[in-house]
Amino acid sequence: MAQIASITLQNNDEARPVIEAIMADNPGVRVLNMPGAVKLDRDGELVVKRASVEERLGRSWDPQEIHLVIISMAGNLDEDDDQFALSWKH
Amino acid sequence: MTIQIKTIDLEPKRQTFGHVARRLGGDKPASRYLEGTLDVQATDHFHYKPLWEPEYWHYDERKTAVKMADWYKPLDPRQYYYATYNISRSTMHQAVERNFAFVRERGLIEKLGRNARIQVERGLLPLRHLHWGSNMNMSEICQRGYGTAVTAPCIFSAGDHLGMAQIVSQIGLELDGQTGSSLDGAKTNWIKDAPWQPIRKLIEDSFVERDWFHLYTAQTLGVNLLFDMVYKHADAAWGDGSITLGMLTGFMADWRADEARWSDSVVKTVAAESAENNALISGWAKTWIGRAVEAGRAWARELAGDRGNAADKAGEAAIARARSLGLAV
Repeated sequence: MAQIASITLQNNDEARPVIEAIMADNPGVRVLNMPGAVKLDRDGELVVKRASVEERLGRSWDPQEIHLVIISMAGNLDEDDDQFALSWKH
Repeated sequence: MTIQIKTIDLEPKRQTFGHVARRLGGDKPASRYLEGTLDVQATDHFHYKPLWEPEYWHYDERKTAVKMADWYKPLDPRQYYYATYNISRSTMHQAVERNFAFVRERGLIEKLGRNARIQVERGLLPLRHLHWGSNMNMSEICQRGYGTAVTAPCIFSAGDHLGMAQIVSQIGLELDGQTGSSLDGAKTNWIKDAPWQPIRKLIEDSFVERDWFHLYTAQTLGVNLLFDMVYKHADAAWGDGSITLGMLTGFMADWRADEARWSDSVVKTVAAESAENNALISGWAKTWIGRAVEAGRAWARELAGDRGNAADKAGEAAIARARSLGLAV
């Protein structure tokens, strides 16, 4: 069974473009809506792409800005200028 | 005793306004930009017919020759509404203030050579009047235009021009020891100095254009290339002051990139709507880019001393820009 990579974000104006980008870029992602938060799970890997967020946000976006809206995450983190990726790969 | 903390998830009855949901094709959370933009302008039930222009209603799609099935299609890619616009500009203006403080602290303005001073007074300061003219054009487009998607960013752009006119004025005040005498001189130059007259004629001719999208094309593709010419292609004009001037006008470079993202996308969307639109806009763009380059040449020849090179370069860039938007120029 594949391990689940997961991210939990606040459900607000700043996070919404990020959530939409994740849903567009990660086929098969499972969305769990909670009061004030959104948990996104996916088998194996979950990636947040800078370009997709920028397209929805209408301005340049640094993947580090995700820390302003993140609540929790699961998986090993691979972060660079273009993406914020969670997976259980080594 | 164990306490179980439970949360109740209350589903809001609706995620956004009905008119926004209808455009999004479903009830889902919309960004503030969309909520503050889509279908905000009134379309019906005006009380009084405007007496000064009885052939039109206040907001009327017939005030321009180009036709759009939906004027909310040319949205702003920067997603500016009042708050985001102000936040973005205040960040940009902080940099301006820091640069002015830096220049003042090091006395860089006092260190300008005599020639550079004369050049700045004659070649740069009158540009505040061109910014003011652009402010009037953008306000005019805002009041004659159709649809908040296009008109709201126009008034932001008008505000930008007002701000840039103030930055230019501030440079003048630094030069004349805060007396304002250099600005009086700049106005005389704007009205009387030969190299400025074609530019003044260009902007004054644009004031009387009644078709608002024609004016939009003239301003964003034509007049704006003159700002490129002065701020981007004419460093040589300021002699030993080119670095100082480059710092003090840094805002304009940032603004131009930001403005172009929006104004290009509007022109592109409207031109792509139909072949008739494309033909009209291409014709306007061609005329006004040509006129602006012609008007800029005298300035570049006399004030940048480069045989008109700066104007040609800015013109070539404007034509390349127009072509990339799908216009036939």
